[in-house]
Amino acid sequence: MGEKVLMKGAEAIAEAAIRAGCMAFFGYPITPQNETPEYFSRRMPELGRVFLQAESEVAAINMVYGAACTGTRVITTSSSPGISLMQEGFSYIANSNVGCVVVNAMRGGPGLGDIAPAQADYFQATKGGGHGDYHSIVLAPHTIQETVDLMYDAFDLADKYRIMVVMLVDGLMGQMMEPVEFKEWVDVKKLKTPEWATVGQGDRDHRNIITSLEILPDGLEKMNLALQAKYKKIKENEVRLEEYKMDDAEYALTAFGTVARIAKTVVEMARADGIKLGLIRPITVWPFPEKEINKRADQVKFFFDVEMNEGQMLEDVKLAVNGKKPVHYYGRLGGVVPTAEEIYGEFKKLVGGK
Amino acid sequence: MKLIYKKPDTITKRDTTYCPGCPHGIAHRLIAELLEEMDLVKKTVIVWPVGCSVFGYYFIATDAVEAAHGRACAMATGIKRTHPESFVISYQGDGDLASIGIAEAVHAAARGERITVVYINNGNYGMTGGQMAPTTLIGQITTTTPYGRKPELNGFPMHVPEMLAALDGPAYIARAALDSPQHIIQAKKFLRKAFNAQKNNLGFSLVEMISACPTNWKMTPVEAMERIRKEVLPVFPIGEFKVAKGVE
Amino acid sequence: MEKKLVIAGFGGQGVMLAGELLAEAAKDEGKFVTFLPSYGPEMRGGTANCDVIVSDKPIASPVIAHPQAAIIMNLPSLDKFEPLMEKDGLLVLNKTLIPREVKRTDVRVLQIDAQTVARELGNEKATNMILLGAYAEVEKPVKLESLKNALKHFLTGKKEALIPLNEKALEKGAEIAREFLGGK
Ligand SMILES: Cc1ncc(C[n+]2csc(CCOP(=O)(O)OP(=O)(O)O)c2C)c(N)n1
Repeated sequence: MGEKVLMKGAEAIAEAAIRAGCMAFFGYPITPQNETPEYFSRRMPELGRVFLQAESEVAAINMVYGAACTGTRVITTSSSPGISLMQEGFSYIANSNVGCVVVNAMRGGPGLGDIAPAQADYFQATKGGGHGDYHSIVLAPHTIQETVDLMYDAFDLADKYRIMVVMLVDGLMGQMMEPVEFKEWVDVKKLKTPEWATVGQGDRDHRNIITSLEILPDGLEKMNLALQAKYKKIKENEVRLEEYKMDDAEYALTAFGTVARIAKTVVEMARADGIKLGLIRPITVWPFPEKEINKRADQVKFFFDVEMNEGQMLEDVKLAVNGKKPVHYYGRLGGVVPTAEEIYGEFKKLVGGK
Repeated sequence: MKLIYKKPDTITKRDTTYCPGCPHGIAHRLIAELLEEMDLVKKTVIVWPVGCSVFGYYFIATDAVEAAHGRACAMATGIKRTHPESFVISYQGDGDLASIGIAEAVHAAARGERITVVYINNGNYGMTGGQMAPTTLIGQITTTTPYGRKPELNGFPMHVPEMLAALDGPAYIARAALDSPQHIIQAKKFLRKAFNAQKNNLGFSLVEMISACPTNWKMTPVEAMERIRKEVLPVFPIGEFKVAKGVE
Repeated sequence: MEKKLVIAGFGGQGVMLAGELLAEAAKDEGKFVTFLPSYGPEMRGGTANCDVIVSDKPIASPVIAHPQAAIIMNLPSLDKFEPLMEKDGLLVLNKTLIPREVKRTDVRVLQIDAQTVARELGNEKATNMILLGAYAEVEKPVKLESLKNALKHFLTGKKEALIPLNEKALEKGAEIAREFLGGK
């Protein structure tokens, strides 16, 4: 690891991707993450890599799709309205079994909404968003350092499973600055063009064709089953979470991303008052840490889910808890960031009411 | 006393959200004046874009809708087709129209939609902080062309009126500039013809207005206007590219 | 130690630079730090503010609901942040642009005619550094030396020539604060 540098989240994301071996960026400007493409536009040409401002997000994701078909480490970054436009491409990428990384710095919606931080794209990210039965791996870091570290993993996962990996952050993480340390550069000379890539037949004894089309239902069902088998493997192997002060916890907060960071303050506030509160923070929101949460349901009195949306992850928490214990919820909408004091106040109402 | 100068009533009292020296306000005023002079205010629906003029409905007092980024011509089509009596204006920036919304603009023109597009070309994406637009000049530095726009990486500036004039649907297509009083008077003349094209049911109409972005160009307003004359107009010349009979 | 500071003023008053400088200095001292700017849709105009937290342990929430201290550079910012201050919090005010008195009686107030002082030092643009120097002297999130050392990260190229002026402004602010503390 190198020395710590003070960096804006949106720029650290770009630098991390570059070090992780990302060879190409395609994207379209949108607030609150313009600093990411702007950073790429400076750095990629210096390194002889690709930066292209597309004419739209629709074009950008299809450029990513094309690059992914050549087995290249490729990324696009955007924010909610732009991510909505990319959904068609996501669906094609899923059923073509190619890998890429997509960063969504979520902002307030629906529609044009605002540019303040939000988490209202959770359903869209974790449940598909585009058409068809598909998933992407969705990582939800809660600090800039974690975002930077996970970026390397994101590209590894994308390569390993030939799948799209979403880095689900928000405007606050894009705009804030924090000291970060970057891991070693990935040696891009070692990144070989995979044998399935569509780059021209060359010496191969077969053609490579990448398509999401299979006109016969039996065939398409097989394709779907293969996808599902892949998802099952990912669920078994790639779930990640942080359990913060959960060992002796009588109550559990559940939160992801920025809210999870705020929730850590709430845990400290409760602990200072002698209340045994802990935090379960999914790092992969897909695959979701179902088993781990279910296990904690035997231990805690209730769960308290906090989000910057109208209770989206809440549904996954409830499915995981499966009725064993109550699951309460508190959230703010439209780009309003809840304060630790506010969340703690809501929590105390729940404890007090018992 | 004789009234010689007055703010159009259709311009609201609200302070605009534009930077000092931004010509969006001039374009707004031209629209408002013409709507009043042509008695169109009460019939008008303006489709506002995503860009610096996103809050345009606060500044021009007509019925209004806010389109998704680039989709204004499609939304305007929907309004005009279902309510042909309405006078429909699509107000768009060069990112909104020429980049993400080029398909909608080209097809609205090809269909000869009876709408009028006011297309503001300021050579960059103002709202998001000065990124490259399709109209950015070769060599121009923007936040996403830090080494200057290079043809081999970013292609060439797009000339929307010239492109659309090749289609059969448009009745009136022109390019004006907002850099000087003479050019602004001319811009109003062009815009009147564009409004006539819609009013007289002749076809699609569009006026590109060469504008400035002092903030992102990092210039004073005066320098920005000079830059238009020196650098922009040679690449984007003023003129009428399609003039159907009956727009006068 | 955990210090929560809000800096607020007009865009162009160097609000963000002051915040980033403090963050850089804290990083150089090996402390934990977060810098969170407010960001608006328009390029120009309106107020700008940022939250800076400096701590010797990891920082959970980077959002400051109730500042322990605030550097306030104009009147609209005082109107906005005065009611939010923590009890006994510190308000460092740019008196030059703030014609009114602070209404609350449960906060500490350090009023500096900072713009005038900066002008006397040679450049009004150093107003932010005077206020930051004063804040740092009272609350001690980082050493004054670290702030001075961090200037080189921001004032590069042609702006390098401004480093001595900014150093002087930081020192001057600290000096004014010492008088304030001594007089208490
Ligand atoms: C789908 C989508 N992508 C990106 C954006 C972000 N965005 C807002 S305005 C804008 C560009 C505006 O530029 P232009 O049309 O040239 O108008 P100007 O601001 O210069 O007047 C962009 C990219 C968005 N709102 N929606």
